Amino acid sequence: MKNTHYRFLALVTIVLFASLQIKAQDDLIGLVGEDKPKKELVKNAFKSTRVINGHSMEFLLPGTLDFRILHRFGQLDQGYKNFFGLDQASMRLGFDYGISNHLMLGVGRSTYKKELDGYIKFAPIRQSTGSKSFPVTIAAVAGMTMNTSDWSDPTIQNYYTSRLAYYFQTIIGRKFSEGISVQITPTMVHNNLVATSTMPNDVFSVGFGGRVKLSRRLAFTWDYFYLVTGKEKDVNHDPLSIGIDIETGGHVFQLHFSNSTGMNERAFLTETTNNWGKGEIRFGFNLSRVFQIKKNKKVD
Amino acid sequence: MKKVFFVLSMLFIATITNAQDKFFTKTGKVSFDATATKSPENITGVNKSTTMVLDTKDGNMQFLILMKGFEFERALMQEHFHENYVETSKFPKADFKGSITNNATVNYTKDGVYNVAVKGKLTIHGVTKDVETTGKITVKGGKISAFANFSILLADYNVSIPSLVADKVAKNAKISVDCSLELLKR
Repeated sequence: MKNTHYRFLALVTIVLFASLQIKAQDDLIGLVGEDKPKKELVKNAFKSTRVINGHSMEFLLPGTLDFRILHRFGQLDQGYKNFFGLDQASMRLGFDYGISNHLMLGVGRSTYKKELDGYIKFAPIRQSTGSKSFPVTIAAVAGMTMNTSDWSDPTIQNYYTSRLAYYFQTIIGRKFSEGISVQITPTMVHNNLVATSTMPNDVFSVGFGGRVKLSRRLAFTWDYFYLVTGKEKDVNHDPLSIGIDIETGGHVFQLHFSNSTGMNERAFLTETTNNWGKGEIRFGFNLSRVFQIKKNKKVD
Repeated sequence: MKKVFFVLSMLFIATITNAQDKFFTKTGKVSFDATATKSPENITGVNKSTTMVLDTKDGNMQFLILMKGFEFERALMQEHFHENYVETSKFPKADFKGSITNNATVNYTKDGVYNVAVKGKLTIHGVTKDVETTGKITVKGGKISAFANFSILLADYNVSIPSLVADKVAKNAKISVDCSLELLKR
């Protein structure tokens, strides 16, 4: 009786160890165990650092320089005589540089008003996954523009500060999925000098931008700003741009249709005078080429 | 009664020695090279956080590679690798499950360099393929290292190269593995 009891126990033990053994061989990796996921920034919410006109929640990778060439053409409704607006082009050349995952800056010059612009963009919090994750990116942009064209009336006393305008923007954005990213951007533009006494110096607006990825290299984008103040009736309109991003591996092309012609925040927020409703639409494109300036040293 | 104790104690000894059979690393190095002759820059990436477990008793081995761990010298190349080629967010893991077919010829207790043949299944970008390669196991002062070099056809794993850069990215990627293993204690 006792004997069979022990035999049974021994059998159970053998079976137990044998099964352990089999399990071990099936899943060797399981023996090591996986580490907890580390905090990881959510990247590529947008293909570029601009949705179309406005800043996006995306940052340049550290150590990269983005050379941007922007074109805005004339109105499509001008017909064949002006080749649907392509005869008239206004452009902006710009350089943006990524300092860290949270900080970038840029400068540019537009042909319209021979305007220089510069900005600094900082994200205290970026959307992330893993431990200590955060659901959205919160960024702030501070920028300045300078009109360098000749004074319209040189006979009067002109002040240097009259050439300047400033803008301040908060970007709250989230990449909801691989395909969908949306952001809200409250923006304030301050003009030191405005054309008429009825125009306000400060213009407040809220931007709504987004992206829907159509394929790995193609995305649909929209960029709309609702002007809260500073909208003179029948003069100013809310800038709305709709376009596609094409990524060719090295270049990003942003082709779009828009009622605005300005290519910096001051210009497209305070000087959009065309109306989508009347068909006053322009074609335009942004071309972005990113160069690696500082290489990643962690890689052998 | 004595017999039973003998069997049990043997079993315990067996499991203890069994525990000495398995070696692992979490910092294995896997590099990747898809540089073509016409590439304007070297297309090389490295992953230094590869997990590998080797069972020296039967030669079974497994690799787990978190794709996001692949780093490149050029940030944009890294972005393109993850976003457009291997689609890291969709397929975060690559793995290899296989075995050393001539495991009996390797003496893991004696210093030396042993040539081995490895056969198994490699999963990248959601596609599993049979892979066969030769490699080396070195044993030095009780430490075991594993090395291998082989090449895979990117098209086999549904990694498509756009026609615009078709001649600038190699169709075959050279993979090299370099893992220094330590004893797995359970």
